[in-house]
Amino acid sequence: MIEHSLADIAQALASRRISSVELTALYLDRIGRLDPQLNAFITVDRERSLAQARAADERLARGDTQPLTGIPIAHKDIFCAKDWRTTCGSKMLDNFVSPYDATVISRFQQAGAVLLGKTNMDEFAMGSSTETSFHGPTANPWALDRVPGGSSGGSAAAVAARLAPAATGTDTGGSIRQPAALCNLSGMKPTYGVVSRYGMIAFASSLDQAGPLARSAADCALLLNCMAGFDERDSTSLDRPREDFARELTAAAGGRPLAGLRIGLPEQFFGEGCSPDVMQLIEAAIAEYRQLGAETVPLSLPNMGLSVAAYYVIAPAEASSNLARFDGVRYGYRAPAYDDLTDMYCKTRAQGFGAEVKRRILIGTYVLSHGYYDAYYLQAQRIRRLIADDFAEAFRQCDVVLGPTSPSTAFRLGEKAADPVQMYLSDIYTIAVNLAGLPAMSIPCGFAGGLPAGLQLIGNYFTEARLLDIAHRYQQVTDWHRQCPAGHA
Amino acid sequence: MSLTLDQVHRIAHLARIEVDETEARSTLGQLNEIFGLIETMQAIDTQGVAPMAHAQDLAQRLRPDCVTENDQLAWRSAFQAIAPEAEAGLYLVPRVIE
Repeated sequence: MIEHSLADIAQALASRRISSVELTALYLDRIGRLDPQLNAFITVDRERSLAQARAADERLARGDTQPLTGIPIAHKDIFCAKDWRTTCGSKMLDNFVSPYDATVISRFQQAGAVLLGKTNMDEFAMGSSTETSFHGPTANPWALDRVPGGSSGGSAAAVAARLAPAATGTDTGGSIRQPAALCNLSGMKPTYGVVSRYGMIAFASSLDQAGPLARSAADCALLLNCMAGFDERDSTSLDRPREDFARELTAAAGGRPLAGLRIGLPEQFFGEGCSPDVMQLIEAAIAEYRQLGAETVPLSLPNMGLSVAAYYVIAPAEASSNLARFDGVRYGYRAPAYDDLTDMYCKTRAQGFGAEVKRRILIGTYVLSHGYYDAYYLQAQRIRRLIADDFAEAFRQCDVVLGPTSPSTAFRLGEKAADPVQMYLSDIYTIAVNLAGLPAMSIPCGFAGGLPAGLQLIGNYFTEARLLDIAHRYQQVTDWHRQCPAGHA
Repeated sequence: MSLTLDQVHRIAHLARIEVDETEARSTLGQLNEIFGLIETMQAIDTQGVAPMAHAQDLAQRLRPDCVTENDQLAWRSAFQAIAPEAEAGLYLVPRVIE
């Protein structure tokens, strides 16, 4: 069952070949057995998950089913879930039991999916390795001495190790796509505004977007169908007609299904900076796409090189504002001893936040402070416009932009932890997409030295269904995405 | 551009994060490296480019200013049950007015 697609699992549940309780127990048992070496989960609550599974089985018996009814899904610990501990990977929220559900969580609940557990992540989603978590790092199931990527590293490790059929993540600068690449998964960051941010603990509000992490593009489509939709509780949620993101995936394999598709290859993705073994796999994937009928178009995103610099102004600026709410008054951690109110704030925040979060708050506070705003924040927002304009020009010449997701395969635990700038540069290919607000995916495209690499597909606004189809066509003729790490079958 | 130790202390105070001298020194080095990366932006001429705050360039959607949640007392106690210190519907903090 653990290698089945979500659609096949749904079929098995509908035809009563397996119950949701049996399926949920199977995954809980795998978590109990295999998670001690991975640390992919922060919170698992067997009884609560099984109670949800029993409720799902009753729904299935009544015939009151939706595509995900009875399927256990793991959620990044950034999503508030009522009565579940929701820590965001931080000591600051280690004791926080949410009084309400995030919209993403309630949409899965309404669909009858089972909440399988809350997954590990970089503290407040700030990181690319899951090493900044208060709960300790997560290991990559493909090599236990390596990182799973981040910040949604717990979700990625859990799905890759078959501890969950699928999971949710969030992506502010690459936090779904980079872990998908490093763990051999398919992951999508939708167009900004497609998935509600309500109840998703805020990092950089103009960039944050939730999305699916799964074993195939087809599974991602089913998850996105559940996650996406207008929400009046999120003021940046987009009010658009409902769409079926799986609608283009029905055609059978064969022939040249992508004839006429123009794939843009920006020179900035193919220069120095990407490891040669990853680049070789990307080139092979391009050849595969040509076989499927696509043509390639050389192009340029001249300002992409500035995206990391602009991002490390905009994201910390927004974070310093968002994280001001953690003051030890209304929820979360409060320092045990202090003199006065200001001292309580200062000690609570010094003790409750980890080093990377503090660094980003300090950067943000500085770039927003009097006298520096124009030089940093305004300049970064202007560069953001230039980057978005580059993509707009690119999409006049092509239908989809293709390149690597990450410049290397999974690096070693500890390798970049002491060098923030090196860590930041591991997101060089993903950050521009968030600044422009575009949808993008990462899909498995092969292995280098036994470690998976990811191919990134970037689409124009609201082309999620098309992107999923382009990914699915590749997955119909390759089997990289079906590979399972040793010891986890 | 390079930050000074005094500036680190000042930013930390603005951000309400206590830092001791040792922490301030190591933070200073790291922040300066990060600003080295950020400074690459300054070489770009952006005159006449409109700042982009939001991917879709949409105006913030507004809603009527009216009560949307029922059962407010129940919600209040649910929210205050997770507060570090609350009493009689109030959040408790160190005294600020003598």
